[in-house]
Amino acid sequence: MSVLVGRETRLLVQGITGREGQFHARGAMDYGTKVVAGVTPGKAGETVEGVPVFNTVRDAVAKTGANASVIFVPPAFAADAILEAVDARIPLVVCITEGIPALDMVEVMRVVSTSGSRLIGPNCPGVISPGKAKIGIMPGHIHKEGRVGVVSRSGTLTYEAVHQLSERGIGQSTCVGIGGDPVNGTNFVDALTLFEGDPGTDAVILIGEIGGNAEETAAAFIKEKMTKPVVAFICGQTAPPGRRMGHAGAIIMGGKGTAKDKMAALSAAGATVVVSPAEMGSTMAKILGSRT
Amino acid sequence: MNLHEYQAKELLSRYQVKVPRGRKVESVADAVAAADSLGYPVVVKAQIHAGGRGKAGGVKLARSRGDVEKYAGEILGKKLVTPQTGPEGKEVRKLLIEEGVNIDRELYLSFLIDRAIGWPIVIASQAGGMEIEKVAAETPEKILRAEIDPAVGMRPHQARRLAFELGLSGDVHKNAVSFLLSLYQAFRGLDASLVEINPLLVTKEKQVMALDAKLSVDDNALFRHPDVKELRDLAEESPLEVEASKFSLNYIKLDGSVGCMVNGAGLAMATMDIIHHAGGAPANFLDVGGGASPEQVKNAFRILISDPQVKAVLINIFGGILRVDRLAEGVIAAVKELDVKVPVVIRAEGTNVESGKKMLAESGLDFVTADSMKEAAEKAVAAARGAK
Repeated sequence: MSVLVGRETRLLVQGITGREGQFHARGAMDYGTKVVAGVTPGKAGETVEGVPVFNTVRDAVAKTGANASVIFVPPAFAADAILEAVDARIPLVVCITEGIPALDMVEVMRVVSTSGSRLIGPNCPGVISPGKAKIGIMPGHIHKEGRVGVVSRSGTLTYEAVHQLSERGIGQSTCVGIGGDPVNGTNFVDALTLFEGDPGTDAVILIGEIGGNAEETAAAFIKEKMTKPVVAFICGQTAPPGRRMGHAGAIIMGGKGTAKDKMAALSAAGATVVVSPAEMGSTMAKILGSRT
Repeated sequence: MNLHEYQAKELLSRYQVKVPRGRKVESVADAVAAADSLGYPVVVKAQIHAGGRGKAGGVKLARSRGDVEKYAGEILGKKLVTPQTGPEGKEVRKLLIEEGVNIDRELYLSFLIDRAIGWPIVIASQAGGMEIEKVAAETPEKILRAEIDPAVGMRPHQARRLAFELGLSGDVHKNAVSFLLSLYQAFRGLDASLVEINPLLVTKEKQVMALDAKLSVDDNALFRHPDVKELRDLAEESPLEVEASKFSLNYIKLDGSVGCMVNGAGLAMATMDIIHHAGGAPANFLDVGGGASPEQVKNAFRILISDPQVKAVLINIFGGILRVDRLAEGVIAAVKELDVKVPVVIRAEGTNVESGKKMLAESGLDFVTADSMKEAAEKAVAAARGAK
């Protein structure tokens, strides 16, 4: 089992005729994902990597039965692309684009939150259920099919965690990159809820970072609702306050959002907090080992 | 992107937000001319990107032309040290000369996005002129708040309620309501990530205006605000950070001796952390991004080692879109061309790692390689120590 994506996923790529869209559509297909359609306004009738291109998301859904969309559209147009996917009632929308204005995302989320769609991202690597399907830009080959869920605000740091798991023979059920922006579609609690309810997931690695209070909210959820073990790492322990550390959302403001507070909250909630990013895999191995 | 007070006030006044009359100057002579035209008294205000200017001696009330000459002369060129500048301080290059106003009350007002709910919020308080974090911690009952539904924007009823709760009535209440609504329009229109008016002033003449203004504009929204983008003051930023931004590199200068080059913001922060756990200190944060070209890698490397504090370099790359062989190409070119004298530790994993490692090994250059983040950090910290 897995969450969000699987063999039943029929993927639509918004922005498929762009360099990134084409490259990662190919990557998803190579991994075994069913890529059924692409959308680029004005380019209906073309094909990219053998995939038919449509003018609108509605057309693509009507003709191909796409049930998930991945967005590779430049930041100035990405908010509209998300809303178009939501308008076409696509249940899962994954936005890879980095650099969407925060107030655009505020408006987008006002619509998404009352729709039937789930948004992952933006500014994220996407979602992968190893051995089944991938929606996003992560290197598929580092993953291994298995029973650990991974949820993270980061891209490459997630790959690092996955690598540490895979090299110990620990596979992953699903890896969800929720993105590094201050306003995003899916948060830690959403992902933890899915993992807690997934019979194919035994434990979860949570990778947070400085800024905001999503990790603190996750801690409250872990304390009250999670029965599965959680290993957590928070990056930015040495980040200076008041500086935006690459991600739009990674900033300590007015003394709030420090790694120290987040680690303390997660630890108090019963998660196993690792101080060093080198210990994510080994700590999970210990926890799984002690349970069998 | 952060703006100076004078720039913030100019932008806000385009949205009918009331501010005192004032003029930005860069010399004593211009300060005097500005004061003469505004009429005395005036306030001489240092313009730097940091708060706490008043306590540091960067804000002075001048009652006469002599006062203006004296204070402008003292403040211009002075290194102002405030809790936000760090111990080295910031040199004052510009002044705002502003008309003096008759202060009746000082309040607090700000707009920002509350990340927990994903909506803009307005925060107001009667405790003006104080640090709002301190007010929130010590007297949370003095913090007033309203959540703004993005579908409809800030509503007049919200502004009325806040103005009443601020203890205002009559004409002052009416003026505060317009101020609040105008400031929200400015927040939204300018794509601000923060606009903070502290203090918000009630004058003896019943006017409501911004005595100070702090404005940060969302970097991601600058593409639709070219006029705001032009207001960037490079003199306020670290020269290496300015240089890095020319190549779309995310670089932040820190105090340690291990320079790091990483792809991805999260992994870059984690690399800083693990250097710390290995007993060292990172010299910088540097995210070369997902799709870095060999050229960008070379520029990143050049900027990194131009920091004289850097005694060793740690390169940590997890190849995804950025393939390890492409990184290797850039690093080899950089080391050859730049005559690098400090030890370089490389840890690479992911896409095309084998060919990348082969290129590094066959380059004839003296790279230290590591297989894990931990090993890489330990080797880099040891190398930085050895070099001292």
